[in-house]
Order: sequence, then C-alpha cells, then structure tokens
Amino acid sequence: MADDGRKCALGYDFKLIKQGAEAKVYKGNYLGRPTIVKERFKKSYRLLDLDNHITKERIKSEARAVLRCKIAGIHTPALYLVDFERRCIYMEDVQNSTTIKDYITQISEEAENEAGTAGSLLMKLYPIAQEIGKVLGKLHANNIIHGDLTSSNMLLVKDEKDTLTIVLIDFGLSHVESSMEDKAVDLYVLQRALMSTHANVDRLFATILDAYMKENKKESHEVLKKFNEVWARGRKRTMVG
Amino acid sequence: MVIAIGFEGSANKLGIGIVHNGVVLSNCRRTYITPPGEGFLPRETAQHHRSLVLAVLSQALREAAVTPEQIDVVCYTKGPGMAPSLQTVAIVARTIAQLWNKPIIGVNHCIGHIEMGRMITGSDNPIVLYVSGGNTQVIAYSRNRYRVFGETIDIAIGNCLDRFARVLKLSNDPSPGYNIEQLAKKGKKFLSLPYVVKGMDVSFSGILSYIEKQSYQLLKSGEYAPEDLCFSLQEVLFAMLVETTERAMAHCGSQEVLIVGGVGCNLRLQEMMETMCHERGAKLFATDERFCIDNGVMIAQAGFEMFRTGNLTKWDETTVTQRYRTDAVEVTWR
Ligand SMILES: Nc1ncnc2c1ncn2[C@@H]1O[C@H](COP(=O)(O)OP(=O)(O)O)[C@@H](O)[C@H]1O
Ligand SMILES: [Mg+2]
Repeated sequence: MADDGRKCALGYDFKLIKQGAEAKVYKGNYLGRPTIVKERFKKSYRLLDLDNHITKERIKSEARAVLRCKIAGIHTPALYLVDFERRCIYMEDVQNSTTIKDYITQISEEAENEAGTAGSLLMKLYPIAQEIGKVLGKLHANNIIHGDLTSSNMLLVKDEKDTLTIVLIDFGLSHVESSMEDKAVDLYVLQRALMSTHANVDRLFATILDAYMKENKKESHEVLKKFNEVWARGRKRTMVG
Repeated sequence: MVIAIGFEGSANKLGIGIVHNGVVLSNCRRTYITPPGEGFLPRETAQHHRSLVLAVLSQALREAAVTPEQIDVVCYTKGPGMAPSLQTVAIVARTIAQLWNKPIIGVNHCIGHIEMGRMITGSDNPIVLYVSGGNTQVIAYSRNRYRVFGETIDIAIGNCLDRFARVLKLSNDPSPGYNIEQLAKKGKKFLSLPYVVKGMDVSFSGILSYIEKQSYQLLKSGEYAPEDLCFSLQEVLFAMLVETTERAMAHCGSQEVLIVGGVGCNLRLQEMMETMCHERGAKLFATDERFCIDNGVMIAQAGFEMFRTGNLTKWDETTVTQRYRTDAVEVTWR
C-alpha cells in the first residue's frame, strides 16, 4: 500500500485503508456522510480488455446484490454512487464494525492470554456463529448467492446494548440463482475459508450450518444434501501429480 | 546431518534426487515423451520408468558422490499419481531400502513440491499456488496442515494446456506446455474466452471445450493464428489463477506467494504473478524447470523434513495411492 496518504484519484478527503481481495478501499466523506469507496483498480497483470470487462461485471453484480439484499431485509452498506468510469463504488462506511475474521482472531488471542479453554472461546463465538447462519439462510432463501463467503467479507457491528448485527459486503462475485448446487458451493467456500484461518472451526461451522437450516427451512434438507455431495466431490477429486 | 534420497514417478517424469540437509547433491530426471497429439498412458509410462530407473539411480549416486552406506533415509512418492508408474518406482525404493537396510518414507507428491519450493527459494510462510498436469490448488498453511483454499472444480490447468496442445498437434518435447508458451509469445490477437472464477475456485473445462470447438474454424479462416490462440488461452487461464491467489492472500493477510508444479515454470505466469504481488507490496517466489517440474529432490526434501521429526513410514504401509490429498498429511516439521 505504497500510496497511503498520497492524493488518490478521489481527492485528499479519502484515505486508503485497505487493499482487499480485488479492490483498494478508501475511507472519507461524501456529501457529509462517512463513506467507503471501493476502487476496483486496473489489474495490470490482466489484458486491458479482459480487465475492463471483468471489472464492469463485478461492479454491476455488487450493486445489484446490495439492492436485492436491501429488499430482503439483509444488512449491507447503503449504496451512494456507482462510478463505472473510475471503477468505484461509494457506499456507507459501516461505523463501529470489525470484520468477522479480525473479531475471531481477537477473541482467540484473548482466550489464549486468559488461558481460557476452547470451550469458553466457543461460548463467546456461539452467538456470532448463530447470527451468521441466520443471515446466510436468509440470503439463500432469497436466491442470492454471495460467491465469495469468507470471514473477511462479513462485518460485525455491536451497538451500545451489545446487540450483534452481521453486515455482508463484497458482492462482486454474487449472482441470483435458485439452484441448490450454488447455495451448497457458497457454504463450502465459507467452510474452507474458515478452515484456513481459524482454529476450532468445525464446531463454529456446525453452529453456522445449524442456524442456516433453521432460517432457510424450506430448502434446508436439500441444501444440506447437496453440501455433503459438494464436499465429497472435493475430497474425491482425482489428483494426479 | 542427514542424507536423503528421493524417488519420483507419479506421472511421465522419472526423477531421483539426493539432498544433504537442504543442499541438493544431485537431481536426475528422464521424461517419457509421446508423439505429437498423444498423451501418456499409464502402462507405457510405467514401462518407461522401469527401463530407466536403475540407470538414473546410479547416475544420481555418482553425481552426488555418495555411497549407499552414507544415505540415511529412502523416500518415495506414495501418491497421488498414476498407479502403475507409482508402483514401479515404489518397488525400487522398497527394494533398496531393504537391501541397504535404511528406513523408508512415503511422501505426498504435493507436499514434496511445496517443501522443495520453500527450501530452494527460502520463502517462509507463503500462499502456495500449485499448478501442474494433474493439479490446480491455492494452498495456505494453518495449524499443521497445508489447507486447500481454492482449487479447480474440474480439470487441472496443465491438463487443459496439454489437451489444447494436442488439438494444435504441438510437440510434447520437452513438454506441451512449454511449446504453448513459446507460441503464445508471438500471439497478438486476443480471442475473448469465458473467465470462470467461483469464489476461491476456478473451472477450466468450459474454456477448453469452447476453444476446442472454435479453433478449427478460426484457424481455417485465417482469422486467428495458432500463436493467437495460445496467447489468448494463457492470458485468460493465468489471470484466473492470479486472481484466486490474490484472494487467498488478502484473506490470510499473506505477503508471500510461492508457485510450484510444472506449469509454475511458465514465465508469463510468473510475470503476471509478479505484477500482482508488486501491486500489493508482496513478494513472489518461483523456481525454474529443474525444480518446478516433477523431480526426485522434492521427494527427498519432504522426506528429510519428515525424517527429522520422526515421521517414518511403517513397512506394511509403504504402499501407493492414486488419490492423496494435500490436506490429508499432518505437517510435523513446521
Ligand atoms: N462498507 C464498509 N464499511 C466498513 N468497512 C468496509 C466496508 N467495505 C469494505 N470494508 C473493509 O474493507 C475490506 C475490503 O473490502 P471488500 O469489499 O471485501 O473488497 P475486496 O473485494 O477487495 O475484498 C473489508 O474486508 C473490510 O475490512
Ligand atoms: Mg473482500
């Protein structure tokens, strides 16, 4: 992030805060509101035409999914502006938020320092896992496939009363689809993302899945069946050196 | 001080290598090369390995200037791979382990690639892109396992390239992928192809069938040259790989990438990955064909790590297996 502090394309008001999986994320003020600008900057490793095409698709998907979520009552940052020319999306800066990934890491470290047991760690994460499951259940019940479900793409907001809210972000790979296959793959992506970053995820993921089933009741049986299939397929994939 | 010898024969390369505490003493290899338009078949590949394994073994010992007595452990590829050729090489490893009275270790081929990449490049905790004829995986190390973060949901990248080389009837010498790379350098006109990234996963089979179907017409009409098609295919496939690698880096907060596996010696792939790394202040680690392409050293190196952490293979478990996942191995040495 060499250009931190440098005047970015967006002006001095915006400060680069993160480089995510595909975008640079700036924080600042737009029309008096705390704003995040997500710039899908040009990837010079890709041919220009290809990159332009992909970026346009991603921005479109993201904007579409956010609107769809809004209608479905799923928390996402409000959209302020889409600027295809500059490859930017302006959206609400979710105040007092941390990514689920950072939160789990922080809680795990605390538990370690307090010599807490894995059990007490799980106790702390349990309500969050439940909340995540609930949100994902709702997402899928509305046929929204996220496409990149990782713990970096979920924000946790805690208000004064300690109420937990999960806010979903990063919808660039999302699409609308009612198939069980796509829903199962979405969950499979999440499981692997958790596995490669967090300890004790088996229980965590089980809790998420449980809450998901309760929320997406109508499809729960079929999605679970498909999930097991997708999982087994992953295991079985022939791997010739 | 440990001297380890490694035997590799999971696909069409037969390799025997010797390492001495992280120093390569010898790295000998023969490749079974088939006529243009043909892939290698299990039975013939095993025959190739069988006919050469003893010659390669004496060459490896000679170049390393070690005697059998000096060797501490015999390592071989347990899998994944093609059963007949795995079997052929495992039998030789088992035989000499008994003959020389040495402990034996069965090594996961993918772990071999990773450990050797780490040894040669000195990278510490990279996100690994493992790309070969049979594999395409994005791997992150966490809690004593190499965890598969993303992978192909159908065919491997190398398989995709090889099969397209067959369509163009390119030579398999030294490898179809190498010849595609050379043609691609001269390509100019970009043919738009499907770009399929699903979360952390990629899919190649749709792209392959698309270009297979189109290529005859495109070439016949003179609209595109073979060079253009190779160029377009590489650009799209590699962009997908670089993108998923970047996704894993962002999520794991990693600032290192290591490319391993046969396709990893493709310089265009390395260049694209380098550009991506540069854009996020990260560092790329890659090796050349001596180490990227299947070889015996990688098996010796991973075996050495297992050996020094007391991870020997029991005699009645010195079998081979066609399927053997990277994340099935408990990493005792990190
Ligand atoms: N609306 C927002 N409010 C607060 N933080 C955000 C917001 N959007 C993104 N972030 C932060 O920026 C990071 C990257 O954003 P993301 O949309 O996931 O981009 P990428 O596609 O590059 O991963 C997130 O993990 C989160 O930490
Ligand atoms: Mg993200």
